[in-house]
Amino acid sequence: MIDFIRQPWPWYFSGFMIVLIMLMLIFWGKSFGFSSNLRTICSMAGAGKKVKFFDFNWKAQQWNLLFLLGSIIGGWISAQFLSNPNELQLSANTVADLKDLGIHFNGALNPDELFSFAALSNPKTWLLLLTGGILVGFGSRYAGGCTSGHAISGLSNLQLPSLIAVVGFFIGGLLMTWLILPFIL
Amino acid sequence: MKSIKYILAGILFGIVMIKSEAVSWFRIYEMFRFQSFQMYGIIGTAVVLGAISVFLIKRMNWKDASHLPIVFKDKERPYTKYLIGGTIFGLGWALTGACPGPMFVNLGYGYLTMAVVIIGALLGTFLYGLIKDKLPH
Repeated sequence: MIDFIRQPWPWYFSGFMIVLIMLMLIFWGKSFGFSSNLRTICSMAGAGKKVKFFDFNWKAQQWNLLFLLGSIIGGWISAQFLSNPNELQLSANTVADLKDLGIHFNGALNPDELFSFAALSNPKTWLLLLTGGILVGFGSRYAGGCTSGHAISGLSNLQLPSLIAVVGFFIGGLLMTWLILPFIL
Repeated sequence: MKSIKYILAGILFGIVMIKSEAVSWFRIYEMFRFQSFQMYGIIGTAVVLGAISVFLIKRMNWKDASHLPIVFKDKERPYTKYLIGGTIFGLGWALTGACPGPMFVNLGYGYLTMAVVIIGALLGTFLYGLIKDKLPH
């Protein structure tokens, strides 16, 4: 049974589980939207004293911080007990394309060139990771949501603004993947 | 304790993110290169099932655990912020392979270097709060 769970899950089951999680949160009177946690953390750190945007009752958002804590634990549990014994089945074309970028597919979830400790000895890695993070943080707050809030929750509620946000996600993602990564990696 | 359920839901979310490989930089790159159906299948399934669920909730007037009506808010116009913010987000998503949830899930999984991305995300969030009144929305 555990062996079965350790295999990567089929896309239709993963999609189903994500909706289940969204429905659980809705049933508890909340909503599925992860990026607001970033704003809450800033407020907890005292940003509300300097910037009005962070001056709000963040304690009402505690439930989402608990969800965030759970997600870290879930990652840990997966690593300890549920990790895939085999290589990630990345498309052969992707593996080849990555070589051109100087990225070697290591069979795992993330590339060593960006996420290994060795990579951190290169200042460029810091620049890439920080910049990427800043873009995600800035963009998700500006758009009022990330993939969970817009692509999943927003689209489930047939919200046109969320569709526009998702279109934006793709414009940005495609620009970065096709035009920018080849130059900066 | 009432709070435990949110942690449990988060744990489930973390596991789903890892097993679906949605946290993988490689998978996100593959997605933006249109070289696999997998990520589209995951999001597509979630949207279809999600839309059916929301439709049913509204139509059947289901109540939540506290017997309160379940309300879905409409997002406000104008729509500029969704497009510009979304694009900026997408740039970062493709660069790091991680959106906010996966950042933390990856951290728990053992990718401690994700902490740098998380710090960036917090900085980016703060920066937005700082200059938002000067931005088109």
